[in-house]
Formats: sequence, C-alpha cells, structure tokens
Amino acid sequence: MKDIVKGKVWKFGDDIDTDIIIPGRYLVLTDEKDLAACAMEGCDPEFAKKVKPGDIMVGGRNFGCGSSREHAPIAIKGAGISAVVAESFARIFYRNAINIGLPLIEVKGISKHVSQGDELEIDMKNGILRNLTTDEDFQIEGLPPFMVEILNKGGLIPYLKEKLIAEK
Amino acid sequence: MPMTMAEKIMAKASGRKEAKAGEIVMADIDVAMTHDLTGPLSVESFKKIGTEKVWDPEKIVVLFDHQVPADSLDAAQNHIMLREFVKEQNITNFYDVKEGVCHQILPEKGHIVPGEVVVGTDSHTCTHGALGAFSTGIGSTDMAMVFATGQLWFKIPETIKFEIEGTLKDHVYAKDVVLNIIGKIGADGATYKACEFAGETTKTMPISERMVLCNMAIEMGGKTGLVEPDEKTVNYLKNRTTKKYEIMKTDPQAASMETMHIDVADLEPQIACPHNVDNVKSISKVEGTPIDQVFLGSCTNGRLEDLRTAAAIMKGQQVSDKVRMLVIPASREIYIQAMDEGLLRIFAESGALVCNPCCGPCLGGHIGLIGPGEVSLSTSNRNFKGRQGSPDAEVYLSSAAVAASSAIKGSITDPRK
Repeated sequence: MKDIVKGKVWKFGDDIDTDIIIPGRYLVLTDEKDLAACAMEGCDPEFAKKVKPGDIMVGGRNFGCGSSREHAPIAIKGAGISAVVAESFARIFYRNAINIGLPLIEVKGISKHVSQGDELEIDMKNGILRNLTTDEDFQIEGLPPFMVEILNKGGLIPYLKEKLIAEK
Repeated sequence: MPMTMAEKIMAKASGRKEAKAGEIVMADIDVAMTHDLTGPLSVESFKKIGTEKVWDPEKIVVLFDHQVPADSLDAAQNHIMLREFVKEQNITNFYDVKEGVCHQILPEKGHIVPGEVVVGTDSHTCTHGALGAFSTGIGSTDMAMVFATGQLWFKIPETIKFEIEGTLKDHVYAKDVVLNIIGKIGADGATYKACEFAGETTKTMPISERMVLCNMAIEMGGKTGLVEPDEKTVNYLKNRTTKKYEIMKTDPQAASMETMHIDVADLEPQIACPHNVDNVKSISKVEGTPIDQVFLGSCTNGRLEDLRTAAAIMKGQQVSDKVRMLVIPASREIYIQAMDEGLLRIFAESGALVCNPCCGPCLGGHIGLIGPGEVSLSTSNRNFKGRQGSPDAEVYLSSAAVAASSAIKGSITDPRK
C-alpha cells in the first residue's frame, strides 16, 4: 500500500450494490482486466473507458452491499482505482477489498464534502484525507494493525504466504 | 458472563471459554462451501498461496448450482476446473450439476448442525443459521485461507434479536415478515450484526420458513441469521446427519444484544419494489402492477412448502398470456417430492416452465434473463438494478403465494382475493 494516494473523484450514491459494480452475467470471468472492462456497468457503462489509474471512488452509505463476489473489488481495483472512500461499507465487500489489497476508507458525512471530479489526497500513514479542490481536511480512523499489514503486503495471499513460510 | 449464541459459538470455535462482541478472534471452520460461480477464484487464490493440500477435505463442500447445466464455454470451463480440483484434493462432498441450490443442499445432506461455524463463498450462506450454526458469506480470498489453514479471523458481531409475535394471517409467510423487518430497519440496519430471530411466531415456523428469515439477514447487512435450535431443529436433523452437535442458546442477560419487537398479527403480504430490498410496501400499494415474468424458486423460496402453496393457488388455472413463469425447485429431493405430490404437473398444465434445480434467473447470469423495460416478480432475495438481466428492467420480490396468484392474473395480485 502506498502511503499517499492522489486522484480524481468518481462519485456514486448510497447502496452501491455488487450487481451494479459487476453484474452476474460476468461472473464466469476471473481475469482482473476482463472484469475491469465491465466495472460499474450497472450505473455507468462508460466508466471503465473513462477512469484513469490512481483515481479514487467515493460512495455513500452501505457501499458494496449484496453478493460475496470478490469479482466486485477485483473489477474496481483492475479499473485502476487506488482507494474507495465511503460513508460506510457492507462487510463482505469490506473484507474482500482488504484481502485483495484495495484500501477502503470510511469517513462519515464525506458525500456532502466531495463532488464528481474533485482532486483527493489520502495520507494513509497520518490518517488524513484531503480534498485538494475545496481545501478541506478529514480525519481517517486507523485500521487494526493486522489489516494494515495485509494491505502493506498487497493482500491476504502474499501476507499468508509469508506467514506460512515463516512458520515452517 | 452471559453471552449471545453468536458469542458462544465463536468462543468455542476459537478455543476460549468466553468471547464478547467486538473482539477479533481466529476461529476454526467446521464447514467450508464453495460453488461454480465463486469457486474458480477461490481455487486460483488457494493455488497462489502455494500450499499443496487443503487442510481437511472432509470439511469442504463443493457444488454446482449457479450455471447448471453449463450455459457457456466459460461456465463449462469453470466446471471442469472445479471437478479437477475436488479430484486432486480428495473432496468427497462434491455435488455436480444434478443436486440443486447450495443453501438447500447443505442442510438437506446433513452438513449443517447447531453450534458450528460455517463459511461459504456466497452471501446467502447466512441461511444456515436457521439450524443454529454461525454461518456467513465470505469472499474467494478468505476461502483460499480457509482451504489452506482451516481458520479465519472474525470480529465477533453484536446481536440484534427480533422478537416476532402474533399469528400470521392466511397467505402471509416468513418472506413477508422478513421483508417487513428489512423495510423498517433498512438495507444497512443490521450491518455486521448477528440477526437472531426469536419469539412465538418464529418458534411455530417450520425449518423451511426459518431458513427464509435467516436467508434474508444479509439484505439488512447482517453477518449471520440465527434461530435458537429446538425440537423442530432436532427432528429436522434426525435423519439427515450423523454429526454430533452442541446446542447453544442466547442468555437473556447477554450484554451485546439489542431487542426489537415485531408484531405480525396484522401484517399484509409484503413486496420489495425496485431497486432495493428495503423499498418494501404492503401489497395493497402495488396491486395491479403489470408483470412480464414470474420466478418461483431460489435459496429463499424454492422449497417444497413454497411449491405446495403455489400449486394450491394455480391448480386448474392458466398462467396469463402476458406472463412467462419459471418454477425451479431448490433441490433434486424437492423436485422428486413435488413430482410425487403432483405439483409439477399442476405447474406444467398451467403453462409454467419447470426447470432443473438451480439458481435460475435470481442472479441474472443463467436462464430466464429479463430484457429492457420488462418487469419480473420473483420469490428470490434481491431486486438490485440489473440483477436479473437488463439494468433497464425492474424486479419485485414476494412470497410464493403472491408469485402464484400474480402469474395467473398477469399483474401483482393479493393471493387472499
């Protein structure tokens, strides 16, 4: 995980569900690039073409609700999104994103302070989210240490691989 | 220390005497289920870890239900990959295309018992709490960790206990009760909580109806559904499992629990309207809405009781010319029983299509997709935009009884009329 991520905002509303993020008919796919090409098709079919590497997604309440399909965070990460900021996250999506090394940041009330196209900077180390367009700062609550470690290793698989080797 | 059922199960699974909500524990997994849609990613992730063998092949269940029979080369390829995986890992709890929907097959084949920890790469894994197990949906990477180590970390959830009281009116079911609750507390109203369904109404419900309550716990953000095991649970398990089990119950004084009282005596049939499961209205508000397709089935309402209810309404009548109806029994056992009872004949004579046990149109990735501008009435659990096909289609959710009466009429219809 990078200490600082910076990017343009793609803003979405409340209850962005996993069928919006990646519809069921694409779940036969497993490749990150294939999934990324269909990301957010449920609400913006052109999203995958428009998004730039490093961009940041901002959602409202209950982001990622619905299915346990890991295809959803994979599609978002594959599309180049560096972090997802939302008022709250559905829990299976939350685990899945951390497990594949996609940082998620919960900030209550963030929807009102961020608009489509704003420039955000997230300082993971010092726990600050900055809206560079409006010049506003927000505190980010820290993650439990083992989750930070998972993100730092790039996800649960590399984390586990290292741990299992060390135990041997 | 007084504890909730969820805390007791988690304490046992993590080798402790006590545990309380909010604590993070590493728990031993008793049953790990994956299916044809999320299995391939789980296996790919498992292989990346570099562990050659799964921790315990007897605790893993693999089954095909989402795309059966294979409807594309990609699906066929996924099936081939998983068949090879179960063979190389000596996984004997493998159910190929013929058995049915995972959340029916697991209890039916005796894999679920009270007091255990069950994980599945499917969000509706929470269904199995109906038998008193802590059961939850996980992603493919979490499953890879379970395959490799047999363990997974959990934050022990707080409990929200729904004390459901009152005798349900005719043609009002568990589906209406749970939709009503979701409408009240919202799609994130129980985020990361164990949803324990209790009260006299729950106690009088058969296991199939308790499964409906628990199945929908995820639609309010719940970590698991739970029902305290009782005589009905024990009877259900009697001829299905040889596993030993321990029944755990919530202590009345448990600290990490809030209680919500729900009176269902006057409840009308409930409908979840597009495009969110918490957009719930009483049937009188949406009666007459024209529909193009009716789906009776899924891990929510594809059980024998649902088929019986629907067949009783449809007997001797024809499905409206304006409507296509798909009836999909949730398992082979249910299919055969429905055949013996003459239910399938009633459906076929009425003009409904009876399909092989599978998830059907629920996820919009297999058969029965709906096109732009079309409206589906479905007994499944989700009505998200694009869920059953086109993002320009609409999905309404209901009980089996509403589905049956609406199929005959061609529009959303109260089964009591």
